[in-house]
Amino acid sequence: MNWNLAQKAHKLAARAVILQKIREFFINRGYLEVDTPVLIPAPAPESHINPVEAGNLYLQTSPELCMKRLLAADFPMIFQICHCWRSNERGSRHLPEFTMLEWYRSDSDYFDLMTEVAELLRFVADSLTTDGVCCYNGKKIDLNGGCEIITVSDAFEKYAGTTMKKSLENNEFDLLMSDLIEPQLGNKRPTIIFDYPAEKAALSKLKDDDSRVAERFELYLAGIEIANAFSELNDPHSQRERFLNEIEYRKKHGAKVYPIPEPFLAELADMPSAAGIALGVDRLVMFFTDSKTIDEVVAFTPEDL
Amino acid sequence: MYTVADLKKGLKITLDGDPYIVIAFDFAKPGKGQALYRTKMRNMITGSILDRTYRSGETFEPASLEDRKMQFLYREEGHFVFMDNLNYEQYRMGEDAVGDAKNYLIDNLPVDLLLFSDKAIAVDVPNFVNLRVAQTDPWAKGDTSGSDSKPATVETGYVLRVPPFIEEGELIVIDTRNGEYSTRVKG
Repeated sequence: MNWNLAQKAHKLAARAVILQKIREFFINRGYLEVDTPVLIPAPAPESHINPVEAGNLYLQTSPELCMKRLLAADFPMIFQICHCWRSNERGSRHLPEFTMLEWYRSDSDYFDLMTEVAELLRFVADSLTTDGVCCYNGKKIDLNGGCEIITVSDAFEKYAGTTMKKSLENNEFDLLMSDLIEPQLGNKRPTIIFDYPAEKAALSKLKDDDSRVAERFELYLAGIEIANAFSELNDPHSQRERFLNEIEYRKKHGAKVYPIPEPFLAELADMPSAAGIALGVDRLVMFFTDSKTIDEVVAFTPEDL
Repeated sequence: MYTVADLKKGLKITLDGDPYIVIAFDFAKPGKGQALYRTKMRNMITGSILDRTYRSGETFEPASLEDRKMQFLYREEGHFVFMDNLNYEQYRMGEDAVGDAKNYLIDNLPVDLLLFSDKAIAVDVPNFVNLRVAQTDPWAKGDTSGSDSKPATVETGYVLRVPPFIEEGELIVIDTRNGEYSTRVKG
């Protein structure tokens, strides 16, 4: 018998409960569960995300593009739980194949999602805790009072002793975020850092009153990045420009470039104002089961196959 | 030449002329940002520890070490003695340099000894080693859950978690890369 696999029984059972609670949460709220193709001709161009190639196609790095096409076709509240692939991402919190939860809602912005994701956490916690307080790596994290929120700019000043602007100029935004800021986030309550610099907007909308920042947030629990959310950009011209910038960055750094997702851009003009969020399910299970590595919450890692 | 994709525990590289071994490694990637490769390395000569974070595109020179097939002979006052299989020359290593490999060193175990200026500075053990269980408590009857475990001490003194059905005197296979029980030796 594969004894190391048998040892995972409790965590795999918790994983199943978490998946069921997530579904229950969204179905109760009137969301439609969708199921879009994982094999796609053109992933969203992103500077630092590399898709896995499959013949002439690619495994999705996220279901984002297909889900936004559904939004544009007037499916106003949708969610999906699916596998995503990102080449060469392997570490204690990364698997090259992982499970993503994404949900989108029309006529909403990222503030609505800040509330909703906190409600989701509390709802899921019902099945695994008695009082909504979770223990992770010796820390007690209380899911009862919603999220602490702090701007990215304030987080740089508070935890990294510099400004967001300077960190970008010195090309150390990611390093400081990873080394100094992330470990401080979500250690008592879930923490949301929001208003990312426009350079890191990806597919999010810039703020109406300050185009230097984007309506984007990330959620952290016990220092672990759990989810990324946007008020979604629905201007096809700006979106194309951003894709071209990402492609330019990739070319400059010797990374492979992929076709532009034209059908998505063509339909983006029909997309209503909306907000969307991607949440790493494996990491959520890590959090709820007090697991140090992502390996502990999946039946098989790539190395086990 | 190595790239960041080659980084893993046990990789040996040259930094500022000295050989270093990666003793801890993790991959990080803050929100849609650059990939960061965090390493903790030990200078294989001085033993000093270094933390370094690398980014995509960085490259490394392999450590220039001589790799020799040897076998472990015996342990003596905090030292470990190995013998070169070709010329019968003997090499001694301190406990610190041997590191976790000491958990798996049983007489005559074939190993790769790494030499720097003819001094043994590291030992590579096979990925899987068979070790006999020296002590473990008997399996309590009625305990049938497949996911239970108990501690066991193997002949080298190393303690690890094993399935409840493992008995004293049994030979088990240990994965030396993570130090965990892998399976029992059948027959």
